[in-house]
Amino acid sequence: MNPELLFFFETVIGGLMAGVMYSLVALGFVLIFKASGIFNFAQGVMCLFAALALYDFMAPGGWVDRWFGFTFPVWAAIALTIVVMIILAWLIERFVLQYLVKQEPIILFMATIGLAYVLEGIGDILFGSDVKPLDVGIPQGASDWLWDNFNLYIEKLEIFAAATAAVLVTVLAIFFQRTRIGRALRAVADDHQAALSVGISLRTIWVIVWSVSGIVALVAGIMWGSKSGVQFSLSLIALKALPVLILGGFTSVPGAIVGGLIIGVGEKLAEVYFGPYVGGAIENWFAYMLALVFLLFRPQGLFGERIIERV
Amino acid sequence: MMFKRIVGTLVAGALAAVFTVSTATAYELVMPSLDYRTGPYAPNGIPFANGYHDYLMMLNGRDGGIEGVPIKLVQCETAYNTKQGVECYEKVKDTAPSRSLIVQPLSTGITYQIIPKASVDEIPVHSMGYGRTSAANGKVFPWIFNFPATYWDQAAVFVKYIGEREGGMENLKGKKIALVYHNSAYGKEPIRTLEKAAEKFGFEFMPLAVDHPGQEQKATWLQIRKEKPDWVMMWGWGVMNQVAIKEAASIRYPMDHFLGVWWSGSENDVLPAGDGADGYLSGAFHAPGDTFPVHDDIKKHVYDTDKALGERDRIGEVLYNRGLIAAVYATEAIRNAMKIHNTKEVTPTMVRDGMEALDLTEDRLKELGLPDFTIPVKVTCDNHAGPRKVAIQRWDAKAKKWSMITDFYDTMNDIVDPLIEEDSSAYAKENNITPRDC
Repeated sequence: MNPELLFFFETVIGGLMAGVMYSLVALGFVLIFKASGIFNFAQGVMCLFAALALYDFMAPGGWVDRWFGFTFPVWAAIALTIVVMIILAWLIERFVLQYLVKQEPIILFMATIGLAYVLEGIGDILFGSDVKPLDVGIPQGASDWLWDNFNLYIEKLEIFAAATAAVLVTVLAIFFQRTRIGRALRAVADDHQAALSVGISLRTIWVIVWSVSGIVALVAGIMWGSKSGVQFSLSLIALKALPVLILGGFTSVPGAIVGGLIIGVGEKLAEVYFGPYVGGAIENWFAYMLALVFLLFRPQGLFGERIIERV
Repeated sequence: MMFKRIVGTLVAGALAAVFTVSTATAYELVMPSLDYRTGPYAPNGIPFANGYHDYLMMLNGRDGGIEGVPIKLVQCETAYNTKQGVECYEKVKDTAPSRSLIVQPLSTGITYQIIPKASVDEIPVHSMGYGRTSAANGKVFPWIFNFPATYWDQAAVFVKYIGEREGGMENLKGKKIALVYHNSAYGKEPIRTLEKAAEKFGFEFMPLAVDHPGQEQKATWLQIRKEKPDWVMMWGWGVMNQVAIKEAASIRYPMDHFLGVWWSGSENDVLPAGDGADGYLSGAFHAPGDTFPVHDDIKKHVYDTDKALGERDRIGEVLYNRGLIAAVYATEAIRNAMKIHNTKEVTPTMVRDGMEALDLTEDRLKELGLPDFTIPVKVTCDNHAGPRKVAIQRWDAKAKKWSMITDFYDTMNDIVDPLIEEDSSAYAKENNITPRDC
């Protein structure tokens, strides 16, 4: 194949794969916003916190190892981290959200900013600030088969992340569409008051949705942690998810995926083909610019619910 | 009632007088540490801060400080944020009793911001191997020091090393050398030197910026895969280093042709890449490891007495040793100042004199428990960058160890000196500074 064309394909595929990684983070935002109207600023820190907890359950020298003299296998560590994220969701609801039920969205948003700092601080105290190499068995490096047969460079980790994202979205779709709790979540998302009037407990729903979001954060934390090691810069991946949300819409799960793919491809193509003319390092702001251009035409995002306000 | 009030006032006055006298006699040497133990760059900031802290605490424990005068370590968290760093500087600079004797900003961005402030406040700043390179010119920057070498020296040494590996500098012609750099004041520092070197030796220079924090670098490494540079240099920090080394391993870039600045050459940077990082190279100006006598003293006087902030098994990591040597330079300058001015109650102005008279010989390093740890350093009034020599170290992924693989290379004076002169002269002109006679 023509080397230039091959490079173009590689850039597009690399962008799609990076986009999936952004989508994994964006999904957590969408779940909470959809069910409660809260923009959870702490989502990035939740990814970090989940990855830190997971590492500590399975790594020599972690809390478990120091206290009990053993570590858990990967599957058990993941299960235990899910439990930790559920407990965290309950604590957030119990000590933060329940006191702010009737407050304006901006107050809830501010509370999540505070939550982000608290979680980051607790993470630092409990798990330390070192870089933690995370190995849960996800294959790393370039795919040998694609490299040898097509001279294509695609990361095995990113292929795995794409497959995981597909499974995650399917599971979430089944959860929302086919389960009682899922229907209750959608009811709350549509109209809090109406949902309350038919006996749906808002507090229980919030715990569930924050738990699900915590599990999604764990998945994102595993992928990003496997890529760069678990470290505090993981909390900044939320910034990568923001343009995805603007583009895909804050309330749409498919939007988070499609938005991630568009942002991923857009920023990589921009960096590779336009970056050299303007000094490079444009992908971060280009992602926001791309999202803002979409915003001009569809303020609710590609898949977001149309905002209709009657006065 | 009146009598009681008078007695009370007299007693309070007497106590205040006693307190004043006692504080006046208990002089302390204020040494601030602008740390970053939080935020995305904490994994790199912590070992440096621990090395700095531990050496000072060891001196306090073993010798009662410097020449018997206790050190007062004042820590301030910058989170590697320039704004916070400047706030820290303002907060610590006038700390009693001595004022800050020497400030180590541990960030090029912060250094750039406090250069004009420190010059007015008359507080010496040591940006050890970072910061504004042209501060090497002591005639223009009397308060700023950047020994033992600058970024421009390091870039020049890298070119020299690459030339040597290619079989001679003449073989650099037609080669392609990429620079993957942190898109910040720090990362941009070596660009001019490398452009000049490219002009002189005829290689193609390919700068590639990576935005903060550098968690995602796919586009950068796709370009490297496409352009196939013969060598890649890196000026990275924090997560950028780990991701870059992993990406390089993924695109099967040969690690023995990938050369990082000394801030991209710690254990933190290579461990996440596992075996893929084997053979990765970086600049260095001191040895790694905890096998030096000074480390034994630190373990005895700091770790055994529960005064440590870090973990015992991390003593001797590259960045720990860097913090330690920074503390050695600072304390030796203070010791010098005491000798020069014949007083133990030194001030920042005196310490500046001590810095300019620093002559850390091999014998002195041995006395300090650091034999063969680093090269001797001599600072003068006009040369604030010291020896300007750089060595190369290599990572062994199996042994999980760094080891020095070369001797120290001299800088390329013909490239770097004119750049220092040009930049410092421009700074002097912009700021109406008349260069000192040295």
